[in-house]
Parts: sequence; structure tokens; C-alpha cells
Amino acid sequence: MAAEPRGDYTEKLSARIRKGGVSYMMLAPYFALFFFFTVLPVLISMFFSFTTFDMHSLPQFIGWGNYAKLMLEDDLFITALKNTLIFAVVTGPVSYVLCLLFAWIINEFRGFPRALLTLVFYAPSISGQAYLIWNIILTGDRYGYLNGFLMQMDFIQQAIVWMKTEKYVLPVLIVVQLWLSLGTGFLAFIAGLQTIDKSLYEAGAIDGVKNRWQELWFITLPAIKPQLMFGAVMQITQSFAIADVSLNLAGNPSVNNAGSTIVTFLLDHGGIRFEMGYASAIATVLFGLMVGTNKLVQLLLRRVGS
Amino acid sequence: MAVKVQRGQTFSEYWEFRRSRRARKLNRSRAGNALLFGLMVICGVFMVLPLVMIVNNALKPPEEIFRFPPQIFVRNPTHENFTDLFVLMSNSWVPFSRYILNTLIISGCGTAGHVLCASLAAYPLTKHRFPGAKLLFSMVILSMMFSWTVTQIPNYMIISALGINNTYLAMILPSWSYGLGLYLMKQFMEQIPDSLIESARLDGAGELGVFWRIIMPNVKPAWLTLAIFQFQVLWSNTGSLFLRDEELKPLQYAMQQIAAGGAARAGAAAAVAFVLAAIPITFFLVCQSSILETMTTSGLKE
Repeated sequence: MAAEPRGDYTEKLSARIRKGGVSYMMLAPYFALFFFFTVLPVLISMFFSFTTFDMHSLPQFIGWGNYAKLMLEDDLFITALKNTLIFAVVTGPVSYVLCLLFAWIINEFRGFPRALLTLVFYAPSISGQAYLIWNIILTGDRYGYLNGFLMQMDFIQQAIVWMKTEKYVLPVLIVVQLWLSLGTGFLAFIAGLQTIDKSLYEAGAIDGVKNRWQELWFITLPAIKPQLMFGAVMQITQSFAIADVSLNLAGNPSVNNAGSTIVTFLLDHGGIRFEMGYASAIATVLFGLMVGTNKLVQLLLRRVGS
Repeated sequence: MAVKVQRGQTFSEYWEFRRSRRARKLNRSRAGNALLFGLMVICGVFMVLPLVMIVNNALKPPEEIFRFPPQIFVRNPTHENFTDLFVLMSNSWVPFSRYILNTLIISGCGTAGHVLCASLAAYPLTKHRFPGAKLLFSMVILSMMFSWTVTQIPNYMIISALGINNTYLAMILPSWSYGLGLYLMKQFMEQIPDSLIESARLDGAGELGVFWRIIMPNVKPAWLTLAIFQFQVLWSNTGSLFLRDEELKPLQYAMQQIAAGGAARAGAAAAVAFVLAAIPITFFLVCQSSILETMTTSGLKE
């Protein structure tokens, strides 16, 4: 876009809009759908969050009522919020750093080893329901791989019922989520790293860059800054949306709600109890958390290397 | 480079320095290599082990699946589990070919429409100048910052209101407007030189002609990438929210029903897990280079 001169702003807006006719025609199919399935739902959700909509009686406007109930009265929501934040604060940054670290190491390889390593790290995130294998690994009796292994090594005497013991639920879910989390952001980093101009490194070495860590900070990271920003969006959004892993491994409801997250809580109220107004308030809180964190991290990342 | 030479270094000294660095890669200490390589191996084993278990479980006979202590690797590989799966599939109430057809229709139409819609919208956003372009694109970026779970409930209402609930369209239409696809497509189109488009216009091509004959062939890696990402999303979707009729449900759903059969079907379930994971991984393997080429332009600039 920057290559072309900016539009002729002496022209009237209406004239410029008329001139853009073909452009708007081409945009129409995508953005019509985008409006119906993305923009409108967000607006509807925000609207209903101020009402008592339950799908069969007319919605009543109750102002901040739903939000007040969420924050002040609903202990289950506070548990879900706390779990989600722990999830996000651990898996978000850790998976982001892991994506970057592995992409950076993989970048040292060429040819077949490179393709193989990319596949090994990326495969879990695309293999859909493959994480259900963790159900077998974590089986609560001695036939589970983890229990069997630990008992053979004499670390434990009795099988541990992993997903039914409150203190293990969240850490185990975090580990599984990390296993799943090297996705689109990871690919963006690998791709970004391979395009860095090699002469930058040679110039850097002459200018006094002494080891790979300095090289990483002063040359590599600034060079892939746009990919860093993109990867952050992918990892953050993912880290707040954790639900399926929890539902399928810890069950719903999980032991003492140890695995409940905002999304499982949302599904519970919207999908099972049809409290649409209340569920909309939950969705809006989640929306605010995701977008807010993303915007904040974008601000921070602009400073990398400066 | 010239800097060093000016600091009183001779050219031969300079080349000596370059060669010694290049023998081992620039700025790479042995200790660092060992540390990072070790870390990579440990984490690599952790990443790959569950996948190895899926493959091995699919090949285990029943007595090996229930065995203490559990063994990761299969002793007597058998294809029994896959034959079991086929038997279960052929006995299903709705013919199994129907589930396969449903998955093909949903992921086929969903993928093709998404690639077309997203490219058609990405072209004017990248190469045309008109009021609102920036606003529209920033809305798309914003949409990548929250997940679909946020809009799930209103989405259900809208799809019911449009009267497409319990049809293929309920799965297909929303998937055409995913934000990530448009974003990747636009970033990839940025690198097509404007002169290419100008010369096509001078030859008398209309905007649709430019799009179809100049832009589309040049963004092939990007549409392969969009197709793969889209396929992965649609492939793993069971459609349980929108599709009620058994005749409309996708393969993923049918497979999960088989796998949910408990201990008696542990073998078939292991085969299901293998199939469900193997297909998207195979697609990625085939298209790996196109995907990585597209991702080089994925950076978020602003």
C-alpha cells in the first residue's frame, strides 16, 4: 500500500467512494459473511449481556446486573476466571518462548533434519483429537502409562488418579496444553527466521557481536519483529480459549471445578442452562480479556531490540 | 567489513578471520550447541512420544493394550484394530460412505469458498485505494484477537434466524469469513509488484481479469496454505452444534462415536485415533514448503 501515493484527498469523500465501486464489489462476499458471523455476533453478545434473555421470554434490560452477579456473587465464575488467568499466564508466555526457542534452534538445521524437526514439534497442534491419547497416558489405574512408569521406577507405590485429584488437574492440563500449543505462531517464526539476510550476521560479527545470545537479541529478534507480533496474537488468543482439553481430560464438571475455565463456564450457562443474557456477559468479559491482553502485548513487543 | 580492514588489518588477516569463523558457524560455541541440542532432544522426545503411542496402540492386539506394566512399543503388530474399525463402520446405522461424503462436502466447499472469498477481498485491500480499507483490515486483525467461542451463542441464533440450521451451509458459510485466511492472503499479496498489475491494466484487463490471471497464479503458495489451515479446522469439527440429522454428520463425529464405545472397543478406538491424526499430518507434510513460504510474509506490521 505504501508504494502508491496516498489517495487524492482533495476529492470529496463521496466521489472517492464512488470511484472505489469495483473494490467494494470484490470485498462484498467476504465482508458480508464477516459481518454476519463475526461483527454482528459480538454486538449481539454485548447487547444481550445487559438483559435477562433466556430464549423463551422477552429479554428485560437489567443494566450491569449480569456483570455485578458475575464478579460479586458467582464463586464458580471467580474459580473459572482464576483458572483461566493461571492458564493464560503460564501457557501464553511459555508456549510463546518455546515456539521461538525451537524455531530458532531448528533454523540451525538444513534439509531433511529441518523438515523432520518442524513436523515433530508442529504435528501435535494439527492432529485434532490426538490429545485424547493423554487420557490413556493419565489413566488412573496401573494400566496408565504414567502410573505404570512411575510404579516401575518405584517413585510411587499406588496408582494416582491424576484427573480426579484436585492438585494435579491444573498442572496436568497446562502440560497437555503446552504440548498442543506450537501452532501457527511457531510456523510463522520458522518462516521468518529463514528469510533473515545472512549478511546481517556477518556484519554483526564484525561489529562486535560475540555469541549467539547477543546475535539473537541484537539481530535476529529485531529482524523478525513482525512475526513476533503475529505469533503473539496467535498464542495469546489460544491461551485464553482453553476448554476442549479440560472438558475431555478433566471432565465437566471437573473435580471441585479444578479444571473449569471461562469457556467451560460459558458453555455450561449458554449451552446447557440457556441463560443467554448471563452467558453473553461471560462472553463479553472473555472478549475484553483476549483483546485487551493482545493490545497490551502488541504495545510491549514494539519495543523489542530498542 | 571494510571497517576492520581500515583498522590496520591486512586482507589476508581478514580472510583468515572469515574462514576460521565459517569452519564452525558464525558465533556458535560448542557448549552452546550441546546445550541447545540437548534441550531440543529432550523436548522433541516429549513432543513425539504421545504420537508414537498413538501409532503403536493402533497396531497392538487387545492383550497388549491391557497389560501391566504398559509398554509403549508394540511386540506383535497386527492390523486387527483396523479390520475391527471397518467392521464397525460397515455395521453403522447410516452407511459410512455417507459420513465420508459429508466431510468431503463440508471441507471441500468450506475450503474452496474461503480461499476464493478471502483472495477476492484481499486483492483490493492490498492494491486499491478507497475509503474504509484501513478500517476493514483492522477489524479483521481484531477478529484474530478473540476466539470463536466468544461468538458461539449469537452465531447459533443468527444461523437459526437465517434458516440454515441443520444444513451443510451452517458449517460452510461461517468458515468462509475466517480472519486468519484474509490476513495471510493480504500479507502475501503485498509482495506482488504493482508494475505487474499496471502492465496487465494497460493490456486492457479489467479488475476481475487482473485478479484472476495475475494475482491468483502468483499467490499459489498462499492459497494452498489457506486450504490446509481451513481443512484442519473443518476436519476436526464434529458439527454437533449445528447438525442434528445423522445423515449430515461428518466423519469426525462418527469416528468419535466408535471410539466412545469403552473397553470393548479399545482396539478400534486406537485405530480411530491413528486415522484422525494421520490425515491432517499427511496434508501438512505434502504442503510444508508452500505453507512456510506463505508464513514468511505473515508478520504483523502496523
